[in-house]
Amino acid sequence: MYKLLIILIIFLSPSIYAQSAEQKGFEIVKEADKRDTGWKDQKSILTMILFNRQGQKSTRKMHNRSLEMENDGDKTMIIFDQPRDIKGTAFLTYTHSTRPDDQWLYLPALKRVKRISSNNKSGPFMGSEFAYEDLASQEVDKYTYKYLRDEIVDDTDTFVIERFPTYKHSGYTKQIVYIDKKIYQPIKVIFYDRKSTILKTLLFIEYHLHMEKYWRPTIMRMTNHQTGKSTDLIWNEIKFKNNFSESDFNKSSLKRAR
Amino acid sequence: MKSLPHLTSIILLIASYQTEAYDFSGNISIESKLFNHQPIQPTQTHNDISFSINPEFYTSWDNDNKSITIEPFLRWDYADNERTHFDFREFIFYRNMGSWELKAGLGKIFWGVTESQHLVDVVNQTDAVEGIEGEEKLGQPMISFSMEKNWGAIDLYILPYFRKRTFTGVDGRLRPQIKIDNNNESYESSEKEKHVDYAIRYNRTLGDWDFGISHFYGTNREPEFISGLDNNGSPILTPIYYLLRQSGLDIQLVNSDWLWKLEAVHKKSNQQAYNALTFGFEYTYVGIMETNLDIGLITEYLYDSRKDQATTPFQRDLMIGARLNFNDTQSSEVLIGTIIDIGNQERSFSLEASTRLTENWKINLDGRIFSNNKSSSLLYNLRNDDYIQIELQYYY
Repeated sequence: MYKLLIILIIFLSPSIYAQSAEQKGFEIVKEADKRDTGWKDQKSILTMILFNRQGQKSTRKMHNRSLEMENDGDKTMIIFDQPRDIKGTAFLTYTHSTRPDDQWLYLPALKRVKRISSNNKSGPFMGSEFAYEDLASQEVDKYTYKYLRDEIVDDTDTFVIERFPTYKHSGYTKQIVYIDKKIYQPIKVIFYDRKSTILKTLLFIEYHLHMEKYWRPTIMRMTNHQTGKSTDLIWNEIKFKNNFSESDFNKSSLKRAR
Repeated sequence: MKSLPHLTSIILLIASYQTEAYDFSGNISIESKLFNHQPIQPTQTHNDISFSINPEFYTSWDNDNKSITIEPFLRWDYADNERTHFDFREFIFYRNMGSWELKAGLGKIFWGVTESQHLVDVVNQTDAVEGIEGEEKLGQPMISFSMEKNWGAIDLYILPYFRKRTFTGVDGRLRPQIKIDNNNESYESSEKEKHVDYAIRYNRTLGDWDFGISHFYGTNREPEFISGLDNNGSPILTPIYYLLRQSGLDIQLVNSDWLWKLEAVHKKSNQQAYNALTFGFEYTYVGIMETNLDIGLITEYLYDSRKDQATTPFQRDLMIGARLNFNDTQSSEVLIGTIIDIGNQERSFSLEASTRLTENWKINLDGRIFSNNKSSSLLYNLRNDDYIQIELQYYY
């Protein structure tokens, strides 16, 4: 009987400890999500600067719109402006937390709307160092979490949390997220590839407060440690209260998106 | 002479007061087609060079609830006078009226899901001089009403004027060996090109399924031909356009890395009734060997119940293709494919590749090989027309 008890204690105690770290990680992320709820809709203009290993750069321009959904993931639309040969090409995404996202692509030259598989999330977005999944709406249920420690990063007090993608086709085994304790927003994410080696680091630079409640970064800088390439994603003209509705995020609106 | 500056200043005044957004973009391109064999007929030019310009002007006002899109297209072709042509791909007014959206003018729409052929897509006429794949379309005069709600999207079209198909002239290649007289076409309807056509389409997304049903009544965009003799006693084909009722169905299912696609049509005219179908899949393998390369494998079965009487070469054919997406900064892509006739083993091969050279310049490479052509088949006309085409495009 004693033996059994000892075995049970040995077995259970690490899992009790682990669960509490997981619980804490989840609580922090849940709080971050709660604080970023209620923004309703948003639009912005995006510039992406791609640097290769030699530091040569090429530029992408696009604009996006998002609609916050109450019991589901956000709806987003991205419309490309530059390079000019893909001008007018647009993506419509219905993010879901537990099942795969729905995604459509509009090809303006053919006036064709194409439903596409959302499985290729690990692929590069427009030849950049961002994968589609890095830019998708970060729903809480898309990961499981584990709190690691508190750490001061460049004078910012942060929670350090490990998160593991729950969706099958992720290009990552895990990510380490540094969340600013004051604003409950990430300031750094480290990505580990399928072989669990360090792949990329994402920095969130210059947060600004919008509508007295919502923090948004100005620059997202992704550096790929394996290729030496990097991409800056610069957010301009962030605007809330656009009166968007679901009819601005359907296939008909994708066809006339500008 | 004074009125012109006046007019310009009035337009500028309207533009500056009324419009909230305007946008100018487009491309200029130069292409060269190089053929592997001598043409069958001496009138046909061996190799070809061509130039096109395709700008687009867009302006909107009233919170984007009203807009005008103007997209002219001009091609100049060295070899073929028929290919030198001008069109408005779009010249269309758009108005958002709350639930309904109205469009009026020259427009372009696309219906369907498959890659090898577009059976369901019947509204716009094919600008056949642009290429044998028939992807380029002429602007269609239309008034359309569209609505999209939770229950799906519905589009209604009134098509008050018919545009006849363009055909490669005697000097060009990739054409039937008998001359087509495109100035004396005839129509089943006594109203000829003024016959008012109608189309309706309903489409909806249900989870992983996207489906559409459509119906068209009006002048068939695809002509049949009456053979005769011209003034010199040479054989000639004259297009005749019959009235058509077409019911169409298109379905696509997303199942992880698989896309399953179906297009089916039932076509009925006073002369005949028949069915046609395209069915297949596209499987995408993401990130081959830990690289950024994606490979999509495409297989489609093409069927036409008219069998050997079909006006298309695809009565019982299999299309197999691969799409390579390099996901690099130049957006490099390659699409290779073959269509095999299951009956007579006739084959055609195609290659489409493109990459961006600089921010504004793009290069496209296209090729076609027609092999094992049987003298009884439509592709027999193209037996000497294997080609490779290089196109340079400047986008602004």
